[in-house]
Amino acid sequence: MFEMLSEVFKDNSLVVSFAVIGVTMYISYLISDKLTNGKFHGSAVAIIVGLVLAYFGGITTGGENGLSDVGIFAGIGIMGGGMLRDFAIVATAFGANIDEMKKAGLPGIISLLFGVVVSFVVGVSVALAFGYTDAVSLTTIGAGAGTYIVGPVTGSALGASSAVITLSIAAGLVKSILTMIGTPFIAKYIGLNNPRSAIVYGGLMGTTSGVAGGLAATDPKLVPYGAMTATFYTGIGCLLAPSVLFLITRAIFG
Amino acid sequence: MVIYGVALLAICLLAGTFLGELLGVIVGVDANVGGVGIAMLMLVLLVDYLKRNKKLTVKSQEGVSFWSAMYIPIVIAMAAKQNVVAALDGGPVAILAGVAVVGVSWAMVPLLSKIGREKDSHLKPEMIGGDNHVRDAK
Repeated sequence: MFEMLSEVFKDNSLVVSFAVIGVTMYISYLISDKLTNGKFHGSAVAIIVGLVLAYFGGITTGGENGLSDVGIFAGIGIMGGGMLRDFAIVATAFGANIDEMKKAGLPGIISLLFGVVVSFVVGVSVALAFGYTDAVSLTTIGAGAGTYIVGPVTGSALGASSAVITLSIAAGLVKSILTMIGTPFIAKYIGLNNPRSAIVYGGLMGTTSGVAGGLAATDPKLVPYGAMTATFYTGIGCLLAPSVLFLITRAIFG
Repeated sequence: MVIYGVALLAICLLAGTFLGELLGVIVGVDANVGGVGIAMLMLVLLVDYLKRNKKLTVKSQEGVSFWSAMYIPIVIAMAAKQNVVAALDGGPVAILAGVAVVGVSWAMVPLLSKIGREKDSHLKPEMIGGDNHVRDAK
């Protein structure tokens, strides 16, 4: 009986994920409504629930993909994977204001450059404080403070040790998760309530998942603006970190 | 038909991703440079063009808006497949680096948005079309 059910779930994994996410969202919106009087947005609750589930999925299976490593929930991996995520992000542009998008150019580029450089400097500073002194490790950890893709790409280009590369991925993951959870709380203090600041936000934070999740929980209308700049971040980071930023780091720290 | 909207979306994403990969090769990095962003721009421009020429029926638009509405559930599924364990296992260096970066970046948002806003107020006198169209122009 139980085996049969598990077979049905495994054969229809994507459909299972629709049901699981639907139920998760229903419960999350109920919590948001009843326990926080709607002050704490339902999707913010749902994202936290999702991350908690991912944690349990991770410790029970020892895998890298959170809840989706648990056999019957494999569909979560398809639904929350890069393909459908990008598909849905592009779809959000459907509701975006074309003039705001056009004006995104200059603030977008400025915030992207600032975002990559500032993250890098902060990451390098933290690595220095923890006793890393060689330019390759410093650059890799600094790059990881950008996104969890920039870190390993930079690390393998420079020949960093695998421990340092793992560390850079972890730093990027912490950034992404904190951005998802923290954005709705910080939004009103940093004026994150209009397309312009969302564009700047995407460029500064750079983590597509973090920005996408964080803005969704803040105000879904802001998603296309933030997501658009954020998707350029990883590419620019992979361009600057192993080249210009590495050379500067090496010139300073030898 | 609904599928027309979905297909439009799919074509935009594929074309954008391809251009992003191409851009990555051109600048010499092993990453997609803004593929999704390019796809979003293409979709916005195409939808605008098709709507103005009355080529995009309500049904076709539904194909796009459905996926737009599926965005939050997909983000939640994405949260549920994050490697949270690895993030926490990274130890103090990773956690402190992540937290510090997010904190500093948050602090910079108002500073950089201000640059944008000054430009915005500069553009206001150029708005045309009277009160009715102000919202569009903005």
